[in-house]
Amino acid sequence: MKTLNRVFAGLLTLLATLPAAAEIRVFACEPEWSALARELGGDRVSVFTATTARQDPHHIEARPSLIARLRQADLLVCTGAELETGWLPMLLRQSGNAGVQPGRPGYFEAANHVRMLEIPARLDRAEGDVHAAGNPHIQTDPRNIGAVATALARRLAEIDPAGADHYQTRQRDFAQRWDAAIKRWEQQAAPLRGVRIVVQHKGFPYLENWLGLRQVATLEPRPGMEPTSGYLVEVLEKLKREPAKMILRAVYNDDRASVWLSERTGIPVVTLPYTVGGSDQAGNLFGLFDDTVRRLLGAMP
Amino acid sequence: MHKPIFMAGLLFAAHVTQAAEPPVNPQQLRDLEQRVRELEAAKAAADKTATRQISNNFNPAISLILDGKLSGFSRDPGSYALPGFALGEETGPGEEGLRLGESELVMSSNIDDKFYGQFTAALTPENETEVEEAFIETLALGGGTTLKAGRFFSHIGYLNPVHAHAWDFADQPLVYRALLGNQYGDDGIQARWVAPTDLFLELGAELFRGDSFPAGGAAGNGKGTHSVFVRLGGDAGESHAWRVGISRLDTDAEDRATGDETAPDLFTGSSTITGVDFVWKWAPDGNPKRTNFKFQTEYFTRDENGTFDPASSGTPLAHDAKQKGWYAQAVYQFMPRWRAGLRADRLKADAVDAALAGTALDNAGHRPKRASAMIDFSNSEFSRLRFQINKDESRQDQKDTQWYLQYVMSLGAHGAHSF
Repeated sequence: MKTLNRVFAGLLTLLATLPAAAEIRVFACEPEWSALARELGGDRVSVFTATTARQDPHHIEARPSLIARLRQADLLVCTGAELETGWLPMLLRQSGNAGVQPGRPGYFEAANHVRMLEIPARLDRAEGDVHAAGNPHIQTDPRNIGAVATALARRLAEIDPAGADHYQTRQRDFAQRWDAAIKRWEQQAAPLRGVRIVVQHKGFPYLENWLGLRQVATLEPRPGMEPTSGYLVEVLEKLKREPAKMILRAVYNDDRASVWLSERTGIPVVTLPYTVGGSDQAGNLFGLFDDTVRRLLGAMP
Repeated sequence: MHKPIFMAGLLFAAHVTQAAEPPVNPQQLRDLEQRVRELEAAKAAADKTATRQISNNFNPAISLILDGKLSGFSRDPGSYALPGFALGEETGPGEEGLRLGESELVMSSNIDDKFYGQFTAALTPENETEVEEAFIETLALGGGTTLKAGRFFSHIGYLNPVHAHAWDFADQPLVYRALLGNQYGDDGIQARWVAPTDLFLELGAELFRGDSFPAGGAAGNGKGTHSVFVRLGGDAGESHAWRVGISRLDTDAEDRATGDETAPDLFTGSSTITGVDFVWKWAPDGNPKRTNFKFQTEYFTRDENGTFDPASSGTPLAHDAKQKGWYAQAVYQFMPRWRAGLRADRLKADAVDAALAGTALDNAGHRPKRASAMIDFSNSEFSRLRFQINKDESRQDQKDTQWYLQYVMSLGAHGAHSF
């Protein structure tokens, strides 16, 4: 009996240490969305991030820890557009959480709120890992982040009506600071317009579109396939004919292919943080783009 | 109507611009033309795909698994046996030479906002179709609870619910072959619950018809088999993840037929399996793309109590004995697309009464074991080629060198894999 009492006491203490029920628990698939949820939610939300900047969001294991976190979430915020198709469906089915299933207010896909680029006209696996809905790496254009912020604030208010004013105020404040920052970044990045670049993975179309960068080659022979030596030689030949100014890779990409090419061409490699936490300077969304623009400019002759 | 005026305006504007500014250099012009072309192409693609996207969303995801093997054995696979174990159907090392494996056709979809459904048909190389899995699952019960009904692989153990194409070796561990007839799947219902804790804790229970090995004959009016399982898992830092599980399967068998097809051995009684499983995965920074490592091990013990009628002779003999086994395997992706793995297998069956001497249950003083090594290459996540070699000592006093060259390819929808 005594042990039973002790067990109950232990359970009660455990319950008491659980986050207060008023907090909206957000499960963010990628760090950029957890940063955005914090910007908009402030202390009304507690955020769990499923991946880090050093992980490739295409290739995540449906780990037990992720199931446990999704089980407790009130709102799931993911990129969508099939970026998480290898693991999120499994988490959703295993979590037993009705509120975050597709179609419910607790399920939020960022890609639904921006204009998608690179929507394939032809779906063929011989083309590599192409996404029918378009290129899912939308977070590299800050204007997309702004559009998602508006939609996410609305969604937070739907999930937590008592905090509607709170989210709206924070969203307005964020939008003001964000728009000012975009103007600043665009001014700083003006010299980058028309600059020819090589990318590791087709992961930068939104950045290219925003800053006017021109992608001339990719290191992956097909999206999602590791660079092969034969293909890299082709890229090398191509770059002799059509030179580029820099080689871009995300921090989670394997660095060997880009280093190999850089050594042979003298073109500098620019490792971009790609998302929040991808570099020491990219501690939040503002830092992410400060650092991205700085690194790009740093590679200019 | 307004077009000519508009065109005139445009020409005028162009003229003015040209007059006012220095001429555009050809490179800039080409850049601009290129950008216009890209934008037009993107827009055209967007328009084209908009309709297809919508209609696609309502179709089930379809994937097809193609599997084939070239195998070689130093012993006749027809003589395959595990002394001390009555084996279920199709539990040998397979056939020699070129052989198609099972082709799996999988369709799955959210049925509506409350249900998910999945259907897996296995087309055997003998041109037979088997319904491997056909189940529905709830999505909207909430509170961490999910119910499943239909035909499915039991969630006992780590490897049992995993489809053959997702195994890391070309064949099953011996303990699965001997105690579970490769894999226990049956018609049934399942309830599972995930606890609201950061540490993953899942409890589950299942009730089955009891038609497949180690059950048989659908005892207890077609609901004589049940199971429970508990799983615990989590991360250890960013690079490590683990899961442990314990499970128990209680079955009743009525005239469970094993061995020879025309005069099978018949078992009637209870068969209880208890197991523990552990899996640990490592990937630097949690990014498995370049290198990763996976270790898994499982231990099962089976207690059978009833009567055994060798070769349907009509004189059932009392049988009460324990059989157990384990395997451990490690698979390392040492560079992108390439993995290598090692596996060790051990089995042990209790000695039986003198009356059962010479039957399949007679262990003949032998403890079956096997060591395996494999290397595989995945051109993409949809294709895999594998070479595997086994040093097999399943049979008493007979060493068998077995090798497999295998392909496993998946067409169609991305299959999301469980941990």
